Amino acid sequence: MPEESITLRKIREQFGQHIIEAHSRLGDDTVIIQPQALVPVCTFLKQEPDLDFNFLMDLTAVDYLHLKKKPRFEVVYHFFSLAKKHRVRLKVPAEARNPEVDSIVSLWPGADWYEREVWDMFGIKFRGHPDLKRILMYKEFQGHPLRKDYPIQKRQPLIGPGAKS
Amino acid sequence: MRMISQGFLTSKLEKAIGWARKYSLFQYPFVTACCGMEYMATAASHYDIDRFGAGFPRFSPRQADVLFVVGTISHKMAPVLKMVYEQMCDPKWVVAFGVCTCTGGFYDNYATVQGIDTIIPVDIYIPGCPPRPETVLDGLMKLQDKIQHSRQEF
Repeated sequence: MPEESITLRKIREQFGQHIIEAHSRLGDDTVIIQPQALVPVCTFLKQEPDLDFNFLMDLTAVDYLHLKKKPRFEVVYHFFSLAKKHRVRLKVPAEARNPEVDSIVSLWPGADWYEREVWDMFGIKFRGHPDLKRILMYKEFQGHPLRKDYPIQKRQPLIGPGAKS
Repeated sequence: MRMISQGFLTSKLEKAIGWARKYSLFQYPFVTACCGMEYMATAASHYDIDRFGAGFPRFSPRQADVLFVVGTISHKMAPVLKMVYEQMCDPKWVVAFGVCTCTGGFYDNYATVQGIDTIIPVDIYIPGCPPRPETVLDGLMKLQDKIQHSRQEF
């Protein structure tokens, strides 16, 4: 088995008890952590000089409704270090009823619109976000369209046939 | 005599006005998506939409005769499109450019208007994803034909 990457080793040293799963399949470092450790782990990833993850590349979510996975949601973060040229994928589970995870806007300001998008599409709340409102859909829109239980034929037009007012 | 001259004049004037209108189309390009590239290709020198008297885009709907709806219209955008249409002065025409504006295209989903004719009247449909410039010019000529042969209000 090849040697573990510096990223996984450092996270394991610091937050071993909070790691649900970690692997480097196909060379992609991936860590699933407990929600309460999200902000401490992110702070560590950003501030530890050997890791230096200064770039939040992506922030999204997955709905595992049809795969019957528990908990239902997973918020996925992709970080990149411009200096070290390495990446890590971080995943945090969120429960089906009132899903909520901590916001990381205070660490990476770029997370602002990503978190609003995840709220808009999946209905996952971000604790501590400065202005958590819809970003893509209109404010009259009800529900969260990328949830797997959103009716695939449901339309909510503002004007024209099918509009409410 | 008066009747004859009036009848004669009305028919000729209508024809003349139709001719003037069809060769002086000020367009408002309502460009929202990738069809815009094909619109630009049609407008640029190689295909040269100016040959058809439609080379003058106005970026105010109040100065435009024809509304080119170029690209996918989302439900969020629909009220904006309707307002732009209502701001245009008569006579006015609407061209649905690309399959998304005609029917919603393959965006049969929560976000997309299934054809702009559900919110505003449409004169010409240009299908294609995106339509080639030749198709666009064909649509434009069909619109000119329609203008020439419709009753002219003035």
